[in-house]
Amino acid sequence: MTRVGQPARDDDPDRLYTVTGGRSQAPQHAFDVVTLIVSEDEPQPGMQSEHARILRLCARPTAVVEVAAELGLPVSVVKILLGDLLEAGRITARHPRFVPAQAKLPDLDMLKQVLHGLQKL
Amino acid sequence: MDSRSSDAAVLPPAARTPLRSTADNALKIVVVGGFGAGKTTLVGSVSEIRPLATEEVMTRAGIGVDDPSAVRDKRATTVAFDFGRITLSAESVLYLFGAPGQERFWFLWDRLFTGALGAVVLVDTRRLDESWYAIDRLEHHGTPFVVARNNFEPPRHSLAEVREALDLSPGVPLLDCDARDRESSKQVLIELVRHLYARAEAEHPHRVELESAP
Repeated sequence: MTRVGQPARDDDPDRLYTVTGGRSQAPQHAFDVVTLIVSEDEPQPGMQSEHARILRLCARPTAVVEVAAELGLPVSVVKILLGDLLEAGRITARHPRFVPAQAKLPDLDMLKQVLHGLQKL
Repeated sequence: MDSRSSDAAVLPPAARTPLRSTADNALKIVVVGGFGAGKTTLVGSVSEIRPLATEEVMTRAGIGVDDPSAVRDKRATTVAFDFGRITLSAESVLYLFGAPGQERFWFLWDRLFTGALGAVVLVDTRRLDESWYAIDRLEHHGTPFVVARNNFEPPRHSLAEVREALDLSPGVPLLDCDARDRESSKQVLIELVRHLYARAEAEHPHRVELESAP
């Protein structure tokens, strides 16, 4: 099995296939691109290198897209890796609070917070 | 920074600036625009990190499959998009996504837009036609948006002319900006959030007793 230690921005199909162990199914847990991932565990010896990198990266909350950018892997591949870690209890996921299925627009308090944050920039 | 070429640039990963450990709620705003409209420039102007690039795998058939093995398929392709972020408070962080506006990228859109607060359509008036599809799609989906004209040079048309050329509904805010300028880009985002606020307020009339938007 090929292991790629250094992230590379390549689209080598074999690499992506290897990283996910050939799985193509999206995990049951739907991660949003901005779901914040937090490690709950240290990387273990013998762990798949991508899993270990994710655990190091997410020592502080890190969005799914940031994990993808740092690992140089497509977002959908990263979601599969995160699904493994979530299932194993090695990470937790902080999902976005605004879910458009429930409300078309975010509530006024949240918008006020956003406005305030932007004005402080 | 040359905003003409920056859309295509893949920036090397910068030293990471981690979020606060208390961050637990991420929000999204999508900046849509044609090639070279200045999406990456605008995101970079306000982002606390250098814009990062990442990619998504999709099949040319246009089926929005979450299927990385699709890259083994010759019809599959990857589409790059970039993003930046702004920490709003100890808990909230806003992610800004730059997304290509052309029709062939609609599958990427559907993923980025899910859960987005709203969108900024960044318009290059020399290529207005590149914005039509994006505006049409946003209106169709009911996604709140504002339109910002990115002025690389002094504009030759009035905003009223631009509004007419884009066939914009009267309720859609249209403003000028300079995507290279942090303050100007910030005002575009503020305009969008005010627009969202006004819409949310209209939808929840029982909450008007709250102080009005600043």
